[in-house]
Amino acid sequence: MLIVCWSPVMVEVWNGPGDKKTVEGPSRMPAPIRLRELIRTIRTARTQAEEREMIQKECAAIRSSFREEDNTYRCRNVAKLLYMHMLGYPAHFGQLECLKLIASQKFTDKRIGYLGAMLLLDERQDVHLLMTNCIKNDLNHSTQYVQGLALCTLGCMGSSEMCRDLAGEVEKLLKTSNSYLRKKAALCAVHVIRKVPELMEMFLPATKNLLSEKNHGVLHTSVVLLTEMCERSPDMLAHFRKLVPQLVRILKNLIMSGYSPEHDVSGISDPFLQVRILRLLRILGKGDDDSSEAMNDILAQVATNTETSKNVGNAILYETVLTIMDIKSESGLRVLAINILGRFLLNNDKNIRYVALTSLLKTVQTDHNAVQRHRSTIVDCLKDLDVSIKRRAMELSFALVNGNNIRGMMKELLYFLDSCDPEFKADCASGVFLAAEKYAPSKRWHIDTIMRVLTTAGSYVRDDSVPNLIQLITNSVEMHAYTVQRLYKALLDDISQQPLVQVASWCIGEYGDLLVSGQCEEEEPIQVTEDEVLDVLEGLLVSNLSTPVTRGYALTAIMKLSTRFTSVNRIKKVVSIYGSSIDVELQQRAVEYNALFKKYDHMRPALLERMPIMEKTASNGPTEIVQTNGEAEPSVVEAKHPPPVTQPTNQANDLLDLLGGNDVVPVIQTTVPTKPASAGGELLDLLGDLSLSGGPAPAPATSVPSSQPAFLLDGLTSPPLFNDIAAAGIPPMTAYNKNGLKIDFTFERANPNPNIAVITIHASNSTEADMTDFVFQAAVPKTFQLQLLSPSSNVVPTLNQGTVTQVIRVLNPQKQQLRMRIKLTYTHKGSAVQDLAEVNNFPPQSWQ
Amino acid sequence: MIKAILIFNNHGKPRLIRFYQYFHQAAQDTSYCKAEDMQQQIIRETFHLVSKRDDNVCNFLEGGSLIGGSDYKLIYRHYATLYFVFCVDSSESELGILDLIQVFVETLDKCFENVCELDLIFHMDKVHYILQEVVMGGMVLETNMNEIVAQVEVQNRMEKSEGGLSAAPARAVSAVKNMNLPEIPRNINIGDINIKVPSLSPF
Repeated sequence: MLIVCWSPVMVEVWNGPGDKKTVEGPSRMPAPIRLRELIRTIRTARTQAEEREMIQKECAAIRSSFREEDNTYRCRNVAKLLYMHMLGYPAHFGQLECLKLIASQKFTDKRIGYLGAMLLLDERQDVHLLMTNCIKNDLNHSTQYVQGLALCTLGCMGSSEMCRDLAGEVEKLLKTSNSYLRKKAALCAVHVIRKVPELMEMFLPATKNLLSEKNHGVLHTSVVLLTEMCERSPDMLAHFRKLVPQLVRILKNLIMSGYSPEHDVSGISDPFLQVRILRLLRILGKGDDDSSEAMNDILAQVATNTETSKNVGNAILYETVLTIMDIKSESGLRVLAINILGRFLLNNDKNIRYVALTSLLKTVQTDHNAVQRHRSTIVDCLKDLDVSIKRRAMELSFALVNGNNIRGMMKELLYFLDSCDPEFKADCASGVFLAAEKYAPSKRWHIDTIMRVLTTAGSYVRDDSVPNLIQLITNSVEMHAYTVQRLYKALLDDISQQPLVQVASWCIGEYGDLLVSGQCEEEEPIQVTEDEVLDVLEGLLVSNLSTPVTRGYALTAIMKLSTRFTSVNRIKKVVSIYGSSIDVELQQRAVEYNALFKKYDHMRPALLERMPIMEKTASNGPTEIVQTNGEAEPSVVEAKHPPPVTQPTNQANDLLDLLGGNDVVPVIQTTVPTKPASAGGELLDLLGDLSLSGGPAPAPATSVPSSQPAFLLDGLTSPPLFNDIAAAGIPPMTAYNKNGLKIDFTFERANPNPNIAVITIHASNSTEADMTDFVFQAAVPKTFQLQLLSPSSNVVPTLNQGTVTQVIRVLNPQKQQLRMRIKLTYTHKGSAVQDLAEVNNFPPQSWQ
Repeated sequence: MIKAILIFNNHGKPRLIRFYQYFHQAAQDTSYCKAEDMQQQIIRETFHLVSKRDDNVCNFLEGGSLIGGSDYKLIYRHYATLYFVFCVDSSESELGILDLIQVFVETLDKCFENVCELDLIFHMDKVHYILQEVVMGGMVLETNMNEIVAQVEVQNRMEKSEGGLSAAPARAVSAVKNMNLPEIPRNINIGDINIKVPSLSPF
């Protein structure tokens, strides 16, 4: 009806190119402008603002047209919206209009409606529900193109609900003889399986005849479907292994058949299908002798017969090589494959070189020696101008480094590090560190290499490289003099590379006496005076280039030199100056060091002794050191109000900080408490106890539990703080006392969230034998949420000689009475003990 | 799987965008405006990455941070004024996708007779319909050019028989076509099959 009355508007008279008149019919409002006109108008816009204005005007017209429920021009309006959407303007108000178009009877409407749905809709549920029915009807439509549109849309954006509802229709279409629909149904089935994997079985019967299809489109999509199913389920993989002979036959026909115009691409018959089949064969042949055996011949045929003058041929060859490397192929075939890659590496086409590097990277694990033969070519690729190739070559070069070639390879890679773009430096530096750690021929070489990286790419290295290098240096005792001398020289050259400066400061602090003594066996010794060294370090303190962390390193280094140098007065002066530094961290250090000069001077030499050799710690150790020496958590800093020096308990903390914190880390870790190595042992023992009682850590510690004690020992948090809270807070209670095992609970309230009760358990053991493998578990009713942090140990020592502590955080949003069920397991005198208990006598303050 | 197909010109102006995976900004509300902003950001980032590359380097590079970083590869071809960029994951063959782009462009060339940027601008819907017959849901559907052209043709005729939306000025476009003629795609191999494409009925 509407169409009839509006049709005159659409009549256009052409009087020749570019000259047209529109004959306006009788109408209520003018017809919306056509898409082409809109585009033309937008293209005349000279500025972004002008364009925006035009679009806004048009959007207003489109909205009002939508409001009038105008059916004739809806598709034109949606088409315009899609254009605006492409340009980045909001078009979501057209979503419902797309649905209306889909429901229309006209093919034109449906076509643009489905396109709009795919472009404008995302995984929003309510719109999808409306669509499901339309798609269902269209899947059963009499026109294949309407069915095709519905399949395409379902296969692009179908939600899991839609897929469940419509999988039956898809399966039916997968069995049709119409190849146009069949290929779309196959891809749609892939989408359904991806969204709802349990529907996979449903498509199994339909796959039976897929490979006997003649149409290449159907074959292609069927192979995609089979691949998806094999990748998802081992059962399917086993089931489809019997298809290998059939796939081999198809592949053979493709390479043997002569020119067929339909499928020819640059002289090769359907390379896309060949690539897909090779990919499926790779999955089927992986780890299976029989299947691999069945495809050996055809792979050899493809590898030798494929014409490689064009890209398409290389695409097939590349895929063949990957398949040969992945399946259990004959050794002769593998040699052939690696040789093909070698040829690829020398190819003039950069794309081929790129894929050669990529695939060598994939095979380097399995065929290391074969890849090694191409090493010089690979290293040459580091000098390529193309960043993509450079990156692959770099990754591959690192994979090829081993004990035999480390010196040569590293020379190339360090040269690369020097000259490469900034985006590569971080990855390259970490690669060098890793390789050096693994294959360093000597300690001196190792230290030299790391220093070289720090001098050339210092600002790009990862944070943990500083503590790693410090550890390495400490452990190579015979290299101390050499290292400190090298670092001092590096410092004279350049103080802008912060990691290098930090390592250098640390080493000068530790080994300053070796530096000024001028004894160095490895190299020509340099003559420096104490004052020169102090000048350099003070220079670091005032330099604009230094970060706060670096200044901390420098100040501590100066302090350490007070026991290694004679000029103590100068050092005292420097330290006292920084007692009023604006930087809180630096001030704190300086105040503490000052106290050390004044009140505890008798302890100073012992405290500032040289660091003991560090044992290899877990990789998380060093990162914590960075925090310890670096900026403190702001919340922690705020928490500290009483000047720490006046508190006797704090003294130990301050002292600890002087040690640099490095070997404190093992003690801190709640999971694996170990005995500290040597010097300063008593101190650390003292702290060990502290960290146990510090376990019930209070409020500010919203951070990760394992890092929290690190702050406690940092000398920044003051123990009185939590003593205060504990005292003001909730009385402790005994939760369990049986067979010599006693478990006490102490409470704190988490500051940021009063709904969280922080309970610390203290398990002690009054029997004559240790309780080992101690595990404490707890459960709470559903209205609560419980978080158990890791325990301080799994051994409860005998005769109350210590306690195991563990922190439980209970979230109690409804403030209900707290109840808890606990389960205890441990081994006592060789027998396993398990016990359950219920805890109901929580003090009311703990949950109110 | 193909995650996205982007076509933009030498100035980064988008000419076709098709996402097969939804990219949302993390930890932000995913309203539709945001999704559109995200798409534009991805285009800008991709353009920035691709446009600074010389023509004599390889056609692969790692995706930008927005699109998923090194898990995804950008595979592109540069024809005259247009970049065709396919963003794919590791399950696709790099060289294969390169051929696919070539097939897609040659198909466009057949449908539009010497395709140029203006065709893509004024026939955005048509380009989408052609693409729809080549790639579906991020997977390759058909690579036989004649088949693609034939199927698109039939559907265009169906649309036309319904009167289309208006008898639109296809000739107006062809009149300006020669003003901005791009170079014909490299290694074109159309063979002796030449389906005559009648002037398409546009909107």
